[in-house]
Amino acid sequence: MSEMVNVKINGLAVAVPKGTSILEAAREASVTIPTLCYLKDINEIGACRMCMVEANEGRGFRLVAACVYPVSEGMEVLTNSPKVLDARRKNMQLILSNHDKKCLSCVRSKNCELQKLANELGIEDDDFYAGEKTVYPIDDSAAHMYRDNNKCILCRRCVAACAVTQGIGVIGANERGFITNIGSQFNKPLGETACVSCGQCITVCPTGALSEKDYTDKVFAAIADPTKHVVVQTAPSVRAGLGELFGYPIGTNVEGKMAAALRRLGFDVVTDTNYGADLTIMEEGTELIERVTNGGVLPMITSCSPGWVKFCEHYFPDMIPNLSTCKSPQQMQGAIIKTYYAEKMGWDPKDIVSVSIMPCTAKKFECGRDDQSASGYPDVDIALTTRELGRMIDRAGLDFRSLPDEKFDDPLGIYSGAGLIFGATGGVMEAALRFAVEKISGEKLPNDKLDFTDVRGIEGVKEASYTVGGLTVKVAVASGLANARRLLEKVQAGEADYTFIEIMACPGGCVNGGGQPIQPASVRNFVDLRAERAKALYSVDAEMDLRKSQDNPAIQTLYKEYLGEPGGHKAHELLHTSYVARKVNF
Amino acid sequence: MAKKIATIPFTGTAEQEQELRAVIDALRDDPGCLMPIMQKAQEIYGYLPLEVQTVIAEELNIPLEKVFGVATFYAQFTMSPKGKYRISVCLGTACYVKGSGVVMEKLEELLGIDSGEITQDGKFSLDDCRCVGACGLAPVVTINDDVYGRLTGKSEELQEILAKYAD
Repeated sequence: MSEMVNVKINGLAVAVPKGTSILEAAREASVTIPTLCYLKDINEIGACRMCMVEANEGRGFRLVAACVYPVSEGMEVLTNSPKVLDARRKNMQLILSNHDKKCLSCVRSKNCELQKLANELGIEDDDFYAGEKTVYPIDDSAAHMYRDNNKCILCRRCVAACAVTQGIGVIGANERGFITNIGSQFNKPLGETACVSCGQCITVCPTGALSEKDYTDKVFAAIADPTKHVVVQTAPSVRAGLGELFGYPIGTNVEGKMAAALRRLGFDVVTDTNYGADLTIMEEGTELIERVTNGGVLPMITSCSPGWVKFCEHYFPDMIPNLSTCKSPQQMQGAIIKTYYAEKMGWDPKDIVSVSIMPCTAKKFECGRDDQSASGYPDVDIALTTRELGRMIDRAGLDFRSLPDEKFDDPLGIYSGAGLIFGATGGVMEAALRFAVEKISGEKLPNDKLDFTDVRGIEGVKEASYTVGGLTVKVAVASGLANARRLLEKVQAGEADYTFIEIMACPGGCVNGGGQPIQPASVRNFVDLRAERAKALYSVDAEMDLRKSQDNPAIQTLYKEYLGEPGGHKAHELLHTSYVARKVNF
Repeated sequence: MAKKIATIPFTGTAEQEQELRAVIDALRDDPGCLMPIMQKAQEIYGYLPLEVQTVIAEELNIPLEKVFGVATFYAQFTMSPKGKYRISVCLGTACYVKGSGVVMEKLEELLGIDSGEITQDGKFSLDDCRCVGACGLAPVVTINDDVYGRLTGKSEELQEILAKYAD
């Protein structure tokens, strides 16, 4: 038990462990101190000065930054005195003096931490310190996002997400003083750096400075085009996040209403990437067994996460042979839509617009990669994020909460629990184990033996070992690229001999992807989004009868009618891909 | 004003690179070694071009952006090499009052570069400085070790001075 310290927050006595910041101590007194730059553990820099409070340690009240100032015995804190409010307002007005206040058109309006705080502080004159402004061009060079530094408040949360969470650091603060700006080495546009497109920077940005490339208008236009068949797919994690945009508690599964909304938006066919995930397991599981039995390159590493794949290509090009050659579920689903399904429907693939809804920004990069066009046309034409789907629903005037629960269209909407849990870290591993254990042992796994709990949970790196039919399979799971880097360095140093590794670019996996609804720091700092959203997937899997990819009847039919054997010639042609080594500094 | 980044080709030698790598090896285990390494690198090359910053980043296994961020933050680091003839225009109070601002503008015009830059042929670099201790001669310009005082900022006068450095 750590030493406790007694403090008074606005006269209310609380006891907190020594070393606690005033910000955290205030929470014990049910007071939320406003912040802009503070992100627990990764960005505690006291830069924005929004968290100013008055603290008295026996020498009178002084203004201090609550996020970085530790409490001391007997400290008195005032969080809402006139002096505090005045300091916060002045600091806010100074920030606003160099902020491009285009709130009407801003993608983050109504969900902007700066806007909300300025409003709460009762800033009447947002041009109080009007003067010279820095003007920057919008950086649209990357496939997945925009950087609009005119809206940047230099909180450095994106810098921390990139450097600390992901261990990448392609963005940072350049120059100093008034011309300080967040950018890349030698002022290179983001698209010319070793950015992996994960979008974690977007999810932590308090303003509209960072945003995904919005393709909603393109999708509306495709839907309105009578010559096009617009087929949509939604990733496992979208149903675990979308509800947050419509007032549902974090971790609510809104699959049924989402399917209904997609149909009402006018998509011709509403399919589920979970089907593609089941298909991925058939191919990836087969590839794994093949590599193990025929002395292929091990450890084999999953290739579902395009942020991770790009990271591997830039930072671990030597390990490209370790990557599974399987396309991601998004691309497999798209490939099947434009080949098998097109043939079934008698459609020319050129008339199909394949749209995906993803919790991910890297999917926008992935769908434009080479070797991702099974039909001769891109497997996926437009990849939207969960946030863009929310925007489409709003724009179409759909009252999401009153929609009925509907189902996906058959057969590309039929899925197993194994496909569903792809959205959480460890999910692909567990789904693959449900396949591989059965294949190797030759015995049916009963439904009460399907929980591989060692690989579940939000820890950055998880390890487990399973012995099946005399064969020992050592596995590891990493999420968040800083964790992935540590794991891979261990593998390269020969300190670990895994058979199979799952890596997801985003911490916690796709449920916490760069395309998911943005939660403000006031929520992120105290609620574990990864765990809450993952529950929405695991709880449904636990209740399902169909929990193994190989038992999915629609997948079985696909192989029987069209593909032949898993890992066979046709499957390879349509469902596998290749990678390229990329540089870090160029 | 944002840091100038020279576009003239990098002409570092193998000896310079060897020296740089030796410096990095000697300092790499010290906490906070980045700035001392960058200072030494600037002593070796005279400036910190992309090629040099890349070596530092890769050797220290840190993002190049981190090196670049430090290089652009501190006034002591430059990414533009100094010319064969280093022109300094004093913008200290006395010189400025006596019109060194006009002298600077005219030199920028004549050389076709901004303060902090180098001419494409590598001959002249132009910088501003704060007081060379010759206020009685204000406004003052120095070119390497030569001092020119009581300048008027007229084109002919400055052209005449530059012509002395024709070789």
